[in-house]
Amino acid sequence: MKYICLGYIDQKKWETTPEGEMHEMMDECFAYDDMLRKNGHFAAGEALQSAQNAVTLRWKNGKVSITDGPFAETKEQLGGILVLEAKDLNHAIQLMSKHPGVKAGPFEIRPADDLTGMIRESERRRAAAAR
Amino acid sequence: MISPISPENSARDMSEVVAAVYRAESRHILATLIRLLGDFDVAEDALHDAFRAALEQWPKEGVPANPRAWLVSAGRFKAIDSVRRRARFDAAQEDVARQLEANAAGSGDSDDEGIADDRLRLIFSCCHPALAPDARLALTLREVCGLTTEEIASAFLTTPSTLAQRIVRAKAKIRDARIPYQVPAADELPERLDAVLHVVYLVFNEGYSASTGASVTRPDLSGEAIRLGRLLVELLPEPEAIGLLGLMLLQESRRDARTSPDGDLILLEEQDRSRWNRQQMAEGTALAERAVATRPARLDSFTIQAAIAAVHAAAPTPAATDWQRIAALYEQLAREHPSPVVELNRAVAVAMRDGPEAGLALIDALLARGELDDYRFAHAARADLCRRLGKTVESVASYEKSLALARQEPERRFFERRLRELGR
Repeated sequence: MKYICLGYIDQKKWETTPEGEMHEMMDECFAYDDMLRKNGHFAAGEALQSAQNAVTLRWKNGKVSITDGPFAETKEQLGGILVLEAKDLNHAIQLMSKHPGVKAGPFEIRPADDLTGMIRESERRRAAAAR
Repeated sequence: MISPISPENSARDMSEVVAAVYRAESRHILATLIRLLGDFDVAEDALHDAFRAALEQWPKEGVPANPRAWLVSAGRFKAIDSVRRRARFDAAQEDVARQLEANAAGSGDSDDEGIADDRLRLIFSCCHPALAPDARLALTLREVCGLTTEEIASAFLTTPSTLAQRIVRAKAKIRDARIPYQVPAADELPERLDAVLHVVYLVFNEGYSASTGASVTRPDLSGEAIRLGRLLVELLPEPEAIGLLGLMLLQESRRDARTSPDGDLILLEEQDRSRWNRQQMAEGTALAERAVATRPARLDSFTIQAAIAAVHAAAPTPAATDWQRIAALYEQLAREHPSPVVELNRAVAVAMRDGPEAGLALIDALLARGELDDYRFAHAARADLCRRLGKTVESVASYEKSLALARQEPERRFFERRLRELGR
């Protein structure tokens, strides 16, 4: 089963971390990612640029409004996502507890939702409408 | 082996037999069915189907030699059956049925060891840290203790529908997020066991010192907590579990002496010690000693609290209390498991050992930090020490603060009584 791991970081804290410490942390993280990959647990992952570079789209008064910045202005911002392949929630917790990134900020682990049934139904509806 | 049918086995006798088996075995059977069927709701339906089958078949065929194994197997077949019936309309259900049959063919179905593990699995699932704390509590009382939703709701002064919803959501999370049905591995055990023990102690405390409402205690909940504690000690005799059971029994031993016939609170030093339950005291003290002896180098907080309660239990009169030992234990507790409430208790013990002056200095320093501003017992402890020192004005002021923060009627009456005694 897939678990999406959302890694949060405190940008300010991260920016003021000494370079040596930052390198050490990054090396540990990448090494751990490699181990997850090797064991078939790393299904996908991306790091995110600073939340400062984010843009938020929102449906407002019948059209899309565009605003700068992230959706939520909080101290800790989403810093990266990792799609984890794990047996169950305990397995996912075990794997991510050992990820060095947890020291930089909290991980939120969300089970992936299976929309296969919903998609199949939707296809049926659309096929019926096209007839 | 089937016992012979006797003509005296009337339908009424048999329904009593089934009811007795239900009381004794239904939680074991449910725990095993959840493992075999992989779903709380399916297992609950299967449990009820199995007992319905027993009511129909046992009068004709006699009570099976191993009712538990019979019921587990009946429940499993009923569940597979109902999935099969649905498979006639939905082909996907056939895979589910086959999966269930394969699961059920596994080992350890109904041997005693397998079943003991199932009860632990159930406890650890219900107290999983991924569930909200109030959901852990509700789920444990519902699934492990078998209390009804109405009983749990009334114990926690909430509505049955709110409580039912909490339980439904927790079960959905277990299923959808795939919280596994397992006893944690050794390296995770300490933390996960701690979560379980906290649920048990919360249940106990709600029964021993209800957080709100008209009466001080709800004995049923404390009884459930002690039963859970016994189960844990039996299945997983870790020192923390032993210490917690000892602590609960020692506190429970004072239940009758703790309140007056009018429901007023009686402090430890004013309690009639002949009303303490000797048997619970002896058992609790022995458990506290066993917990201390199991891992003396690193005592957990339940074990230290149990050891403190055992010192009180050993004193025939308040004056004979070994405050030296109690203060030392609180110092150890404050060092290893620091919290403002522990420090408050330590201050009270120091006051008993070294005099009220010393205790008051500690409490004032503690209150100055602000963390206990809203804690009624901190102000009450200060009021009591001021009273002993003859500082009436300060004592009245502190009792008034406690009174404003009191949450139960008996507490309120106690603070009011003290204020009257001080001439207010």
